[in-house]
Amino acid sequence: MDNVALKKTANELRKDIIIETYNAKSGHPGGSLSAADILTYLYFEEMNVDPQKAKDPNRDRFVLSKGHAAPGLYAVLSLKGYIPSKDLKTLRHIDSYLQGHPDMKHTAGVDMSTGSLGQGISAAVGMALSAKVQKKDFRVYAMLGDGELQEGQVWEASMFAGSHGLDNLTVVVDNNNLQIDGSVKEICSPYPIDEKFKAFNFHVINIDAHDFDQIRAAFKEARETKGKPTAIIAKSVKGKGVSFMENAVGWHGKAPNEEQYKQAMAELEKNGEALA
Amino acid sequence: MPKAMRDVFGETLCELKENPKIVVLDADLGSATRALKFKDVCPERFLDIGIAEQNMVGIAAGLSTCDMIPIATTFSVFITGRAFDQVRNTVAHGNLNVKLVGTHNGVCVGYDGATHEAVEDIALMRSVPNMVVLVPADAKETEMAIKAAIAYKGPVYLRISRIAVPDIHGDDYKFCIGKGEVLRDGTDVAIISTGIMTSRAIEAAEILLKDGVHASVVNICSIKPIDRKLIVEVAKRTKRIVTVEEHTIIGGLGSAVSEILSVEWPVPIRFVGINDEFGTSGAPEVLLEKYKLTAKDIIRAVKSF
Repeated sequence: MDNVALKKTANELRKDIIIETYNAKSGHPGGSLSAADILTYLYFEEMNVDPQKAKDPNRDRFVLSKGHAAPGLYAVLSLKGYIPSKDLKTLRHIDSYLQGHPDMKHTAGVDMSTGSLGQGISAAVGMALSAKVQKKDFRVYAMLGDGELQEGQVWEASMFAGSHGLDNLTVVVDNNNLQIDGSVKEICSPYPIDEKFKAFNFHVINIDAHDFDQIRAAFKEARETKGKPTAIIAKSVKGKGVSFMENAVGWHGKAPNEEQYKQAMAELEKNGEALA
Repeated sequence: MPKAMRDVFGETLCELKENPKIVVLDADLGSATRALKFKDVCPERFLDIGIAEQNMVGIAAGLSTCDMIPIATTFSVFITGRAFDQVRNTVAHGNLNVKLVGTHNGVCVGYDGATHEAVEDIALMRSVPNMVVLVPADAKETEMAIKAAIAYKGPVYLRISRIAVPDIHGDDYKFCIGKGEVLRDGTDVAIISTGIMTSRAIEAAEILLKDGVHASVVNICSIKPIDRKLIVEVAKRTKRIVTVEEHTIIGGLGSAVSEILSVEWPVPIRFVGINDEFGTSGAPEVLLEKYKLTAKDIIRAVKSF
């Protein structure tokens, strides 16, 4: 996919995030929108995955350690063909398989149930280790929030991954700078994030999370890096793509009302037309 | 001389190395848990995660989704307590094929004292959906429970004592998840017991017989799923129950038995267990006396009806 096609796909993904959270009347649009470009790149360019062979033991794995960005994950899984797009409107509804946080038991394409922060990265480390033990060459990707870095388990997992040189593991930090209570810097600063991962023996790449040239180059570099896991620190805008949600802490875990829904969709439609 | 149950654990792990899916995880306690024995025979599938139990449980979850059978080992207090959220949210909610093994539990941990003596681990693990809870009573049952846990697909918590107890089972013993076992048949009272306390329950029953009291002894290794049918049958026959466990009386075997009988066949029950308190340092046998976990205490409970 060229950058224009990727941008168009990411724009569709953003529309789906708005549709999901509007119909759910709850959920997490802000951190889903900030992750949308990287999710698009992972599923449409980077990862060796095929919805027709969703359980292929040799497939690449993705763990959404920031499980609250489930609307973003479901949107990309729908666009990729794992789940029917009509089901997106059932997010968080009673008896829907699209749970508030990803449930691997019931949702095709979800490689790990997540929701309790800090735990997904350990599971990703386990998957990467299994590839080493079984001498397989699949790769493992984990996406973390920057607020999530406050969980101690992230650093337990990072110390192990760095110590064991798990070069088949790529960790992406969606660095949108906001968490529920405010800015990550004011609450309990994870900065400098890059230096911390470097200290844990990661190869570290800083990028703009919304620039596909930088995203492409970073994942290529991660693939070529041997003997170390890679951490991509992706500086992002929370709520990216919807003007009134951008960099607004209030949109971490709130759904748009009807009026806001219409405005968000109109903006994204316009953005899509501009890409055509 | 019977073998310590943790030694049986280490030896059984070594036997399991032939299964290429088995991978053993340790959190820097492999010499105490005997998990290091597996490292000697199969270093390529032995993973020392370091002193990070939460990470160990998460790594085990990841391994299990890639067609491996991880056995995560440490003391019970750490794997069920410190890593509880990881066990609940990642392993059990995902219904993942992870085996959690705690080799030090109850007051028989001994000299390490309260911080290392899990007295609430059965309650914690029993409360989590999807989790199977197994508490073997002797060396043979330890071996069989480990093998049954590996054969079962899904999360299992195995509570294996660090100490040795008298052998109850012969070489032909077959263990089945979900089944209890009548070791002695009597109609005056039933002593329902688990883990290291089962040999003490037998000792109590033998002494009671001399006083003319005919006690049944029922061993429950599979605390979850539990053998409801057997427990109801025994309650109907004996009309009085004493439950015995090296664990707090809140939420353990006694609670499990009460949950069944209060609905299906209410009978008077007495609980022998730890009375809502922490352990302390000391020799295991001395601690069993101090916390009223001996044959004498079981007899006292039987005679209190």
